[in-house]
Amino acid sequence: MRLPRLPFRELRRQPSRFVVATVVLAFLATLLLFLGGLLDGLYLGSTGAIRAQRSDAIVFSSSARDSFLRSRITPELRAEIEAAEGVGEVGGLGFVLLGAQVPGETELADVAVAGYEVPPAGVPTPGPDGQGVADSRLEDQGVQVGDTILVGPAETPITITGFVDDTAYLQQGTVWVNLATWRAVQNANRPDSAVADGVVQALVVTRDAATTLSGPLPELIDTTTDGATKTLTVEDAVLALPGVKQQGDTFDQIIYSTLVVVLAVVALFFSLLTIERMGLYGVLKAIGASTRRLFAGVLLQAVIVATIAFVVGSLLALAAAAALPAKVPLQLTPGRFLFTYAGLLVAAVLGSAISLRRVTRVDPASAIGGAG
Amino acid sequence: MTVLDMRDVRKVYRSGDADIVALDHATLQVDHGEIVALLGPSGSGKTTLLSIAGGLLAATEGKVMVGGHDISEYDGKQLTEFRRNNVGFVFQSVNLVPFLTAEENLLVVDELGGGKGGKGAKARARQLLEELGLGHRTRNLPSQLSGGERQRVAIGRALFNNPRLVLFDEPTSALDTKLGAQVMELIRNEMKARDTAAIIVTHDRRMTEYADRTVEIVDGRLGAEAPAH
Repeated sequence: MRLPRLPFRELRRQPSRFVVATVVLAFLATLLLFLGGLLDGLYLGSTGAIRAQRSDAIVFSSSARDSFLRSRITPELRAEIEAAEGVGEVGGLGFVLLGAQVPGETELADVAVAGYEVPPAGVPTPGPDGQGVADSRLEDQGVQVGDTILVGPAETPITITGFVDDTAYLQQGTVWVNLATWRAVQNANRPDSAVADGVVQALVVTRDAATTLSGPLPELIDTTTDGATKTLTVEDAVLALPGVKQQGDTFDQIIYSTLVVVLAVVALFFSLLTIERMGLYGVLKAIGASTRRLFAGVLLQAVIVATIAFVVGSLLALAAAAALPAKVPLQLTPGRFLFTYAGLLVAAVLGSAISLRRVTRVDPASAIGGAG
Repeated sequence: MTVLDMRDVRKVYRSGDADIVALDHATLQVDHGEIVALLGPSGSGKTTLLSIAGGLLAATEGKVMVGGHDISEYDGKQLTEFRRNNVGFVFQSVNLVPFLTAEENLLVVDELGGGKGGKGAKARARQLLEELGLGHRTRNLPSQLSGGERQRVAIGRALFNNPRLVLFDEPTSALDTKLGAQVMELIRNEMKARDTAAIIVTHDRRMTEYADRTVEIVDGRLGAEAPAH
C-alpha cells in the first residue's frame, strides 16, 4: 500500500501538535539509551576476559561455586580432565585482583593479573616471566608500553609489552601474563590463598573436533572427574561472574518498565489526538475514507514521532556520554541503539493501536449535522 | 433518467424500550440535473433522509437505488467505496481539512480513492477551483479563506469525482443572506452545468427558490411537493 500523504502533511504543517509528545519521548529515548549504555558498559567491563576465551568450556573445582578466585585445579585433576572423552586443547587460567603503581601516576591502577596458557582472542601467546600485555582501559590510567608496573603490596614488577581491547575483568584492566608470573604475583601478594606449582584456578577446554561426543562436553568432563569439577560453557561462565546476572536483570527490569511508560505516553497522546480529530474523521469517512486508511495514518504518525524522538534522544545520549568522566562505565553500542529504536517502535505501534477502537467507531453519518 | 430512487424507506432508531421512527415510508426520486430542496424543521428527519440517500446510514426497510446501484444491501465497506465514487457531500459546518490548502482539500478525494495526486488530478482540482472563482486561492489554507470561499472549496471537493448525486446539508446556514444567495446561485449553476442531481436540505424557505422543486418533510414523512421555479 502506498503511504498516505495526509499524515505527513499534518506533521509538516501542524508540527506544534506533536512537539510535546516528541520531546517527552526523546527524553525517554535518552533514558533508555543511558540505562542500556550503563548496562552494556558494566557487562562488557566485567566480562571481557572471559568472553575473549575461544574455548568451548571452562572447568572449575566443584567446591568453587563457579568462582575463579575460589577454584583450584591440581595437576592430578588436570590429568583426569585431559583424559576425558572429547577433550582437545587444555589451558590453565588464573586471576588475581590488585592495585598497581604506574610510573608517573600518583593513583593506583586497578588491575586483574591473569595467568594463561591458551591465548584468548586478540592476546598473543604467553611471553617471558615478568612481562605481560595489558587491557587498553589501563591506558586511561596512565600505563604505556614499556612501563614496569609494580603490582600489589609486594610490588611485583610486570613490564607491559602491548595492549589488547575488550578484555577487562570485573571492571579492572587485565594484565595477561604467563602462569608462572601469575603464581608469583598471587603468592607474593595473597599469601593466604597461595597456589602450588602446577595448580591453576580453572581450565579452558577446547573440544577435540575429531571425536564424536556421546553427550555434552561439560557433562562428560564432570562425569570423568567423578564430580570433582563443575564445567560451564563460556556463556554460562560469563553469567556466573559476580554481579553480572543480577546487574542484567535489574537493568532489564528498569528498561522494560521505561518502555511501558513510552507505550503509555504514545497511547495517551494519540488517544487525545484521535478524540480531537473525531469530527474530521467523520467527514473523511463520509467522503470515502476507510477505517484502515485513517488508522494507517495514526500508525504512521506514531512511527514518525518515535523515529524523530529516537534521533533526538540518541544525540542527547551521545552528548551526555561525551560529557561524562571516563570512569562512568557508559558504552553506547550500535546494538543498543538498534534495540532502543526497535523498542520505541514496538511501543509506539502498540500505544497508537489503542486508538484503533475509537477510529473504528467514528460514524460517517456524524459528519451531517443533527438538525433534523 | 432517475439518479436517486428511494422507495418506502423507513428508519427506526431504538432508544431504550421505545422505537423512534425517523423516516416513515419515504419515497423520493431525483433525476439527472434536478435540484430538490428538502424543507423541514429540526428533528423532521431530513438529515436522516440525506444520510440514507448518501449511503451514510442504512435504511431499516425499503429500497435505495443511486445511479443504478441498489445500496440497500451494501455492507459498510461497500458503502464506503460507493460514497467515494458516486456521491458528493457538502456539510453544514464547513468541514475542510484544516492543514491542507484549497487545492489539496480537493485532492483528498483522489487520495482516498487510491490516486497519486498526479498531474491530471491537480489540473482538475485547479480547473474546479477556477470555475468556483477561487483560482487565486488554490494554495491558501482554510484559515486564510472567508466563510463563502471555504464553502466554495467544499463544493469543489463534492464535485471532484464527478458524482451522480450531490447532497447539501444546510450549505448556507453559516453564511449571511447575501453570501448565502451567492452560494446557492453557484450551486445551481454548477449542478445544471454538469447535469448532476442534488438534494439541498434547508430550513430556510428563501433557499428553495434555487431548487427545481421542494419537498417538505415533517415527522419523518415526506409531504407536499411544489415546483420552486
